[in-house]
Amino acid sequence: MNPALQGLITIIIGVGGCIGYFYFSNLFLDKVLFPARGPHAGRNITRANMIRPWLFLAPALLALSIYLAYPVVETLRLSLTQRVAGGGYVFVGADNYRAMFKEPKFWEALNNNLLWLIVVPAASTAFGLLAAQLSDRIRWGNLAKSLIFMPMAISFVGAAVIWKLVYDTRPVDQEQIGILNAVWLAFQGGPLSFVFLKLLPIAMMLAFSALVAWVGWLFVRPMLGGEGKVAAATIPLRVLVGVAGLWLIWLSLRSSVTLIGADLPYGVPQTWLTIPFWNSFFLMIVLVWIQTGFAMVILSAALRGVPEDTIEAAIIDGANPFQIFFKIKIPQIMGTIVVVWTTITIVVLKVFDIVFAMSNGQWETQVLANYMYDKLFRANDWGIGSASAMIIMLLVTPILIWNVYNARKEMR
Amino acid sequence: MDNIVGKKSTLTWAVHISMGLLVALWLFPTIGLFVSSFRTADQIATSGWWSSLSTQERQVPAIRVEGAEQQIDGRFVIEGRLFEATNAVISAWGTSSREPEAYAPDQVVELEGGATLSVAADGAYVLSSPATTEGTRLPRIFSSAATPPEFTTENYRAILFDPRNVDGMAKAFFNTLTVTIPATIIPILVAAFAAYALAWMDFPGRALLIAAIVGLLVVPLQLALIPLLKLHNEIGIGKGYLGVWLAHTGFGLPLAIYLLRNYMVGLPRDIIECAKVDGASDFQIFIKIILPLSFPALASFAIFQFLWTWNDLLVALVFLLDSSGETTVMTKQIVELLGTRGGNWEVLATAAFISIAVPLCVFFAMQKYLVRGLLAGSVK
Repeated sequence: MNPALQGLITIIIGVGGCIGYFYFSNLFLDKVLFPARGPHAGRNITRANMIRPWLFLAPALLALSIYLAYPVVETLRLSLTQRVAGGGYVFVGADNYRAMFKEPKFWEALNNNLLWLIVVPAASTAFGLLAAQLSDRIRWGNLAKSLIFMPMAISFVGAAVIWKLVYDTRPVDQEQIGILNAVWLAFQGGPLSFVFLKLLPIAMMLAFSALVAWVGWLFVRPMLGGEGKVAAATIPLRVLVGVAGLWLIWLSLRSSVTLIGADLPYGVPQTWLTIPFWNSFFLMIVLVWIQTGFAMVILSAALRGVPEDTIEAAIIDGANPFQIFFKIKIPQIMGTIVVVWTTITIVVLKVFDIVFAMSNGQWETQVLANYMYDKLFRANDWGIGSASAMIIMLLVTPILIWNVYNARKEMR
Repeated sequence: MDNIVGKKSTLTWAVHISMGLLVALWLFPTIGLFVSSFRTADQIATSGWWSSLSTQERQVPAIRVEGAEQQIDGRFVIEGRLFEATNAVISAWGTSSREPEAYAPDQVVELEGGATLSVAADGAYVLSSPATTEGTRLPRIFSSAATPPEFTTENYRAILFDPRNVDGMAKAFFNTLTVTIPATIIPILVAAFAAYALAWMDFPGRALLIAAIVGLLVVPLQLALIPLLKLHNEIGIGKGYLGVWLAHTGFGLPLAIYLLRNYMVGLPRDIIECAKVDGASDFQIFIKIILPLSFPALASFAIFQFLWTWNDLLVALVFLLDSSGETTVMTKQIVELLGTRGGNWEVLATAAFISIAVPLCVFFAMQKYLVRGLLAGSVK
């Protein structure tokens, strides 16, 4: 059968079935099971109203439990078992996890994922905030916003193709068609190259470490102050931020030192995706490019929601635009920044297509989701594959709990 | 500050310039792909897309003289053209790789054996020889030519409308469409009913259910791959459209319910109570009042789900694609092209742009709803 026709029939059956189900089940409830007539009319109405919500919910609950809740449990079970040759499974305890922890490729994936988790949300949120703040103040801001937002509509695979063209490499004697290499070849090692490729990146990295230090200090200071006002629940978070901050500062300082002494290969076209460690960043740029639009849209709405009078008061007190932005606006939209950050974090944890299409985990660019896909469908090892899926789930869990906690607080 | 009357910020220009830079940076990669998809293979391979609007001076690879021999005035003459394109202008040419630019156009050059060769500026050449050249090695012509900008829709024709092209995207395009439409429509309906129950009906366990749905919002679908594939195989769905529709429905539901419930809760209570007083049943209220009023939220989710299913690779890889390749979708096709035609940017760029074009149209047409959905959908 023609798949298009099959699709059409599915739409009709699906939509018709849904409407039919809801309509007839309600009819059955009201007319047959608990009719609002006769001696028990009142009691019947009450009973029908008790059952009706579940009629409305039933298809959704069924789909949710089969497609999302059951797999969580089943994956956990699979990660603790192993397939045996004749079919069936045997319980092996934590063997799969142990085998996985021995694989260097897993640690590579986990390391890369941690790097992604820090860089992508931070960069997307920062760029989004910048774009939101700038576009709110100019007349063509809406156009600018929709252009920056546009990559959201592009598939990860499409984005991978777009950026592969940017990173494309040709042999030395041919003209470069990738713009990154064309720009790279424009640098010849003169004073301008020194400014743009050494001084500027080092300045940026130092500024970045200063920013990290400041944010880390904001988080850690209340614990050291000894005022006893720190909520116990936030201590792990504060410690985590502190440690991650120290690590980032160490990382950027180390890179700065390496860059000063580095002998950059001027005039030689680079295959960007095969340079270890840095190639992960070239992949991250793709995701940052996509997610910035999302961050910008949400943060722009939040910035507009900042009460005018707080800003006016700051102006009257003589604050300059930077002070207004950092001391008045940012603190008031902190909640939204956290939301944007966590949402992008979830996207990062699931990122698969970009790595799959651009490098497929070669040259030390592996990430967890692609590692899992490799295990499940290439190595056909369901045990380790499920175990790595559980690691992804484990990383998501804090955000899951935080979201549920917030949603419940909001409902009360 | 520009919110103080009569005082204009000195920062305004800085703002304009930095915003311009940011937009350019964000737009540049996509434009590169778009421009490349309209260039010929030859041009893409020899120059960057940013120089596609300027005339390019480049060395043409050596071309050997060939063609039918004619006898004119007792000499054997071969006439031909160096290239099909008529708008290229040759600035210099030569007959050896050591001196590829030895002669000017229209110059008549003596070759060994009394033969003469001349190349005109438009690429036409004449080889004239006193004896027949049949069976001998004919000379090669090296040339430098200036090619004016040239754009073509040939790439699109080859990829979309050429049924013999193995890299064609036409089938994949329709397959993607077949996956997308049911996978967008069905979850909306299922979710709308559930959202209504969660928003406007009172029953024990409601708060718990809402919390569970918020939790399911972030469950990575990676977890679902193996258990569901196993389940599909056991109940006989196997790999195919039905499986992928069901999977997309399941994965899309938490967001759908969450978005729609948040929107429905905000609808005015009076309308619903009035309808109840007038004797409307819950089913009627839902169909006649809630559903029409929730149109913006429904549209938001529809766009999300459409973009997500259209752009998806992982779910299709796991639940749809079998070894026959009959059901391949565009994302998979592009990944394959990346592997097999990695350097042929005219194929890659065109294929990628075809798959990007539809979501981009949807995006620009319905951006308002997308933004609204994003604002409502991010857990606050």
